[in-house]
Amino acid sequence: MGYPESYRYTREHEWIEVGAGKVGITDYAQSTLGDIVFVELPKVGATVEKGKVFGSVESVKAVSDLYSPVTGTVVEVNEELTTAPEKINTDAHGAWLLKVKITDPSQVDELLSAEDYEKYVKEETH
Amino acid sequence: MRYLPKSPGERIEMLQQIGAGSIDDLFSTIPQEYRLERDLEVPRQMGESEIVDYFRNASLRNAAGYTSFLGAGAYRHYRPVVIDSLVQRGEFLTSYTPYQAEITQGTLQAIFEFQTMICELTGMDIANASMYDGSTGAAESVSMAVRVTRRSGVFVARTVHPEYREVMHTYAQHQGLEAETIGFGDDGRLDLAALEQSVSEETACVLVQSPNFFGVIEDIPAIAEMVHKKGALLIVSIAEAISLGVVKPPVEADIVSMEAQSFGVALSFGGPYCGVIAAKEQYLRQMPGRLVGETVDTEGRRGFVLTLSTREQHIRREKATSNICTNQALVALMATIFLVVYGKEGMRELALHNLAKADYAAKQFSSMGGGKLLFAAASRFNEFVLETAEAPEQLNAKLLKQKVIGGLPLSRWYPELGHASLWCTTELNTREQIDHAASLLQLDSEEALTRA
Repeated sequence: MGYPESYRYTREHEWIEVGAGKVGITDYAQSTLGDIVFVELPKVGATVEKGKVFGSVESVKAVSDLYSPVTGTVVEVNEELTTAPEKINTDAHGAWLLKVKITDPSQVDELLSAEDYEKYVKEETH
Repeated sequence: MRYLPKSPGERIEMLQQIGAGSIDDLFSTIPQEYRLERDLEVPRQMGESEIVDYFRNASLRNAAGYTSFLGAGAYRHYRPVVIDSLVQRGEFLTSYTPYQAEITQGTLQAIFEFQTMICELTGMDIANASMYDGSTGAAESVSMAVRVTRRSGVFVARTVHPEYREVMHTYAQHQGLEAETIGFGDDGRLDLAALEQSVSEETACVLVQSPNFFGVIEDIPAIAEMVHKKGALLIVSIAEAISLGVVKPPVEADIVSMEAQSFGVALSFGGPYCGVIAAKEQYLRQMPGRLVGETVDTEGRRGFVLTLSTREQHIRREKATSNICTNQALVALMATIFLVVYGKEGMRELALHNLAKADYAAKQFSSMGGGKLLFAAASRFNEFVLETAEAPEQLNAKLLKQKVIGGLPLSRWYPELGHASLWCTTELNTREQIDHAASLLQLDSEEALTRA
């Protein structure tokens, strides 16, 4: 699966779609985790910090922390995932977790492009 | 798994392999001054016949032939003999955590049945495989409510067992929780007006006990309404599990924590007991402790497994829902057998028996002039608070000489109640015992009044 050009990526395998501030986990992350059964997300209004844990995702194998790509305020949480977390497995790049109002847009520049992320994943798997 | 100690020959071989001269050499990095240079002061080993004699003599010091009116979180109930004969079976007694479902179906099924019966009794959707005891159950419930609500304000009724509150404070002080106490009214129940003023949008939960520490039944529906209005959770702690045979279960609560000692667990100087946490299904992910679930195997047969383990410490490390990573499986099994032996009707009869005995005792003690019944107007279960002319400590010393163990003096926790003590009667207290105690109390009261 290709990584959308318009998204930016973290080395912890989250993506952000800068326009709407949507944050999710990458297809590589979901395929490594396996069947996702639960997602723990912050409340609307909570602040998230770049590089810090904002929630967790639980698969049948393990529980993994979610790291925020940017600093900002949570404006919306994808409630659909509380009852249907498997959406992340079927469409990782569509199933967003949070919408974040980005505090400092320049932080986005520090994130990986789709091309760099793909390269990074290849290196990590080899 | 067999435990085979190493032989002296193997020890020498192992020491030679690593180049050590003796076992002591292994501790050479510990400075001399910190080493114990003498033998431990433990008695020499005894032969089998000596051990039998030793314990036979020790058993003579047991308080046989005494009448007890103590309750307050540890209750004397009849234990059907089938409990001990079953739990002492090796398959139960020596088993380890049932991680491996294919070899532990018996243990898993027993825990599943325990969880199921706890749900039926408490009116909750889910129950875990047990906690250490009622106090840790209550404290863990508070932590659970804080995780669910992501709020930090905690209110605890002063009518909750004082020792449960102490355990809760031990937990809370390291979690940045602000735990505050709410007092009680003239009826011995939670002060509802104070509750309404205290609970806010920052409140994570309110912890109450019912029947409470004074034996009084709290108005759970009214409390729940106030708590839920602010989006907080209500935790109901139950110290006397037998009450569920006749008292309406706290279905309005979000979390129920309970001490299940009354279900066939011996008093044993305070433990091991059996804590319980049950909750509404929506809080499942924040539930601490083990959970056993029902499933089917590859051939479609019914079976049981540990489930939702990702909440737990062995997988989730420091982010686990609790650092209690064990349960009281054997003690929970006692409770399970107890519940099966009594059944639905038996539980009700047993509870009614307790209720009637306590009601009779409260009436006898107060009507014969032995003392004044406090919180007399409220509904109670098998405990009541008695105010006596003499300080309970002195009174109890006298009663003890007559082989009567009196009620628990309350002044150390509730000094404002004066000469008050908490009395309990169960199905094991006979009418003769109650009448005898009532006459002793009456006598003492008259003496005390004459002196005054």
